[in-house]
Amino acid sequence: MPAMFIAVEVDPKVVADVEAAKQLVEVCPVGIFAQDDSGRLAIVDDNLDECTLCDLCIDAAPAGTVKVVKLYE
Amino acid sequence: MRFYEYESKALFKRHGLPVGEGGVATSADEAQSLAEKIGCPVVLKSQVLSGGRMKAGAVKFADTPEEAATLFDEIMPIIVNDQKARSVLVESKSPIAQEYYVGVTWDGRRKLPVLIFSDMGGIDIEEVAEKHPEHVSQTHISTLLPFTPRLAKEGIGATGVTGAALNRLTPIVAKLVEIFLEYNLTLAEINPLVRLEDGTFAVLDGHVDMEAEARDKHAALLAELGIGEEETRQARPPTEFEIAGAKVDAADHRGVAGNVVGFDGNLGLVIGAGGGSLTLFDAVRKHGGRPANYCEIGGNPSVTKTCELTKLVLSKPGVEKIAVMMNVVSNTRVDIVARGVIKGCVESGKDPATTIAIFRIPGSWEEEGFKILAKYGVEFCDRTVSMNEAAGRAVAKLQG
Amino acid sequence: MSILIDRNTTFIVQGITGREAVSLTRENLAYGSKIVGGVTPGRAGREVYGVPVYDCVRDIASKRKVDGAVVCVPPKFTRDAVFEAIENGIEIIVIVTERIPRLEVAQMVELAALRGARIIGPNCLGIITPDEVKMGGVGGPAADTKKAYSKGSVGIMSRSGGMTTEIANTLTAAGLGQSTAVSIGGDAVIGTSYAELMPLFEADPETKAIAIYSEPGGRMEAELAEWVKDNDSRLPIVAFMAGRFMDEMPGMRFGHAGTIVEGRADTTADKIERMQRSGISVAERIEEIPGLIQQKLAEVN
Repeated sequence: MPAMFIAVEVDPKVVADVEAAKQLVEVCPVGIFAQDDSGRLAIVDDNLDECTLCDLCIDAAPAGTVKVVKLYE
Repeated sequence: MRFYEYESKALFKRHGLPVGEGGVATSADEAQSLAEKIGCPVVLKSQVLSGGRMKAGAVKFADTPEEAATLFDEIMPIIVNDQKARSVLVESKSPIAQEYYVGVTWDGRRKLPVLIFSDMGGIDIEEVAEKHPEHVSQTHISTLLPFTPRLAKEGIGATGVTGAALNRLTPIVAKLVEIFLEYNLTLAEINPLVRLEDGTFAVLDGHVDMEAEARDKHAALLAELGIGEEETRQARPPTEFEIAGAKVDAADHRGVAGNVVGFDGNLGLVIGAGGGSLTLFDAVRKHGGRPANYCEIGGNPSVTKTCELTKLVLSKPGVEKIAVMMNVVSNTRVDIVARGVIKGCVESGKDPATTIAIFRIPGSWEEEGFKILAKYGVEFCDRTVSMNEAAGRAVAKLQG
Repeated sequence: MSILIDRNTTFIVQGITGREAVSLTRENLAYGSKIVGGVTPGRAGREVYGVPVYDCVRDIASKRKVDGAVVCVPPKFTRDAVFEAIENGIEIIVIVTERIPRLEVAQMVELAALRGARIIGPNCLGIITPDEVKMGGVGGPAADTKKAYSKGSVGIMSRSGGMTTEIANTLTAAGLGQSTAVSIGGDAVIGTSYAELMPLFEADPETKAIAIYSEPGGRMEAELAEWVKDNDSRLPIVAFMAGRFMDEMPGMRFGHAGTIVEGRADTTADKIERMQRSGISVAERIEEIPGLIQQKLAEVN
């Protein structure tokens, strides 16, 4: 079932950056980010709705490259 | 969690308390061969997690093994306080000279275990305490100092027991206190403890209750006694709905969505927390509502957990709508619960706007939560609407 | 004035690096509480929102005066943590942790009594003196706490953490502020009961009335009723009794660990009767509490 409340948009440059991807995986308390076999950033759709709006991912990535979108707004 | 009599006695026996010879029968044949082995006369006792067996006719005496078989068939179907018998305990029966009461329990006021002893056993101890207070003693037990038998001796002596009886009773009573302390019991009771005509003592009936919090600590004992992990051992066995609720709670460590209890109404409840749920359940009933269930959410459960609980409640036959209500929340988040219940409705193929009769959870992250509810057209209220009023609105919606 | 804690109270958080303790620390600091340190073994030298972390209570208690401790460590380690606080001279200890076996709670309470310390909880959200200080998770984030709690003259005692805030919120909405609110804990054995807090409220000139949340199970309400009768209390008391449905369901546990009807004295009917006989008013609904308090205050004057 697709996420109903939260979407996360990540700049393609960050998606391709293995180190940045690793950072995002580490900071998210609810497991929204993962890395695929090549280390690229992947979004775990099942966990999106668990987002606590803590902004830790936004702070961990270069300014403006990660956006947390509230689908209910 | 309560133990059956035969389990309580098995625990006592391990610690050397004088439990009569006996065994558990699940068929008339077994009852007969047990009676043969032990030697008649024997007593047959229904194994239920309830008192009042004697009154219900679920305790009987047999003079021959054949009679034991017949009595088994009579006792087994008897329902005692809504409970079916699990088995029948067959034990030797000996002539009794005197009955005593020994119990260890918690005194919440003094915050200490208390040993209660009486030389008038076999009857309701509260009644004895009322009518013959000089025959009941209460002895508090320190939880810091090592327990020694002199406290048992003092408790027994306080009721006027002396001589050989005092000296024979002391180690038995002291052992019961030790068992109480060792296994985190909330009740360890022998009623009656009897002096037989030959001067020896025997445990006639025993009752043990273990604190649920200490279950893990005593897993080995529970396994040995054959008490399964799924056995809640409350006043009645859990229903399938309740077992499914426990699974939802156990599947995710984030927060609580537990203690689901089924009722036969049509209004599903997703309510919390500990005290709030009690308050809300009362309020729904007071307004003439018929709850389909009780539950407690709290400790900021995940979206998934609340969603799964919602789905479970909605799947219960007869549930038309759900009411989502809590007291003003501190750590549980309004927005997270809102997401969970809405998702639960949608995944159940229902429209949140018509399925959720009312959403009353004010407090932490309420602005965000109210936005979500508004978007899905769910009726919600803030802290200016009381818990009672919210419950009334939910009930009215179902009736109208 | 207030009871138990005021704006000068200094305290530590034991288990400060845990998930719940971290947010509790942030919320308490934002409300103005003086958290002077935290303890998590092996984490000495770190900081949590500027609060220094130590390995042992002694490492901070030997250096400066510490009045209190909030204990948020897992159930297995709680007894040790509380013993540590008591033996280092800490006098008021709030135990947040739930699911601690009764025997261990009794041991903590017994040691506290020997050393002259006081325990609030376990299984509680702590203490708040509105607009001054809070000690524990009561009320949640500072902004939410300010919505529900206001300064005034009603003392609150509650066996439910959540209902402490619900009652405060109702009182605040009716213009009745609170002197101190205490979430006393939902377990069968707790550090401080209603009757044990009464002398403190009685001695506090700020407190003019008491609101209580109660539920089935235990003898705490009976104990309170006796205390009120024996001590000719000056304080009008209004109680709310939840879980009335439980009277019909003996042996089933609802709500908190201590909430079960085993004998007649555990029922709400028995408790209500005892309280009413001692002059305590029992509200049918939470929203009746402010009106009943105002009415009783008017009678006193």
